[in-house]
Amino acid sequence: MSDTTMVLVILGAALATYATRIGGHVVLSRFRTIHPRVEAGLNAVPAAVLTTLVAPEAFNGGPVELAALVVTALVATRYGMLPLFLAGAATLISLRFLIG
Amino acid sequence: MDSEIRDGLRSAAPVVISVLPFGLLFGALAVDAGMSVSQAVMMSATVFAGASQMVGIELFGQAIAPWLIVFSVFAVNFRHVLYSAAAGRRFTRFSVWQKALAFFFLTDPQFAETEARGERDKPVTFRWYVALAVPIFVFWIAETWLGALFGRMIPDPHALGIDFLLPIYFLGLVMSFRKRPLWLPVVAASAVVSIIAWRFVGSPWHVSLGALAGIVLAMVAPLKGEAAEAGRAGE
Repeated sequence: MSDTTMVLVILGAALATYATRIGGHVVLSRFRTIHPRVEAGLNAVPAAVLTTLVAPEAFNGGPVELAALVVTALVATRYGMLPLFLAGAATLISLRFLIG
Repeated sequence: MDSEIRDGLRSAAPVVISVLPFGLLFGALAVDAGMSVSQAVMMSATVFAGASQMVGIELFGQAIAPWLIVFSVFAVNFRHVLYSAAAGRRFTRFSVWQKALAFFFLTDPQFAETEARGERDKPVTFRWYVALAVPIFVFWIAETWLGALFGRMIPDPHALGIDFLLPIYFLGLVMSFRKRPLWLPVVAASAVVSIIAWRFVGSPWHVSLGALAGIVLAMVAPLKGEAAEAGRAGE
């Protein structure tokens, strides 16, 4: 791939990405009121999308990965993002060190 | 420093830490796939969407039509349409230009933190939003550059757990929404469908299909209280 093509592909990818990031708002802001069912759907968006970034990884993971996720979920019931992230990462790294 | 900027920077810290290995990895893989250092940095600075950038460079290495690479990036990032619709409701204090800029920075963690802040009834101001976005953006670019310069010098990525830091981070975000109505059924539906789609349709479609399952479930579930009243009035 030539340098020009490469740069064009990168810029095309940048435009396509920006379109997805502004598109949902531009389309939705045309409606004056939001139907409660649409509202309910939008409220479900973050948990629904983020779950799909975790579930297949958990499904494919071994016992070490699952243990790290369980610890993360437990710590999350009491503490915020940084403690739960550090607890999950520490579990993962120490178990990999011990078990391999 | 005012409290909004401090809040933003504090929320940026775990994001920057968990994304760090991926920035380095992207830089290293990009150069490996035939990009120059400046092209890799340019991609991080203009696309600013990690997973799709990884997909992009994977395809650069193969003999694939340029438009198909752009389309694949679009497909991986399609979830942002949903983020955009949801987060846009929180940008009531932004001017038009601030909104235009804010949407450029609307990554997964940026969206999740925005929703979480709105949920806690704290103001989603432009100062807070930028204080969260800029460190993530600047570190992402710097890591790409370092990764591209030093290539594959990460000694043992598996032992350091870097391949599994993002799922841990994303699970933390999922948990932060657990007070929302229908949280458990939505998460269960999205989890099951994303795993099935991942097995039988393939990546990246498990993201769109899994998310759709959870969202549709939330839309068809019985409405409660005021929402039900408004729903009947609107029908």
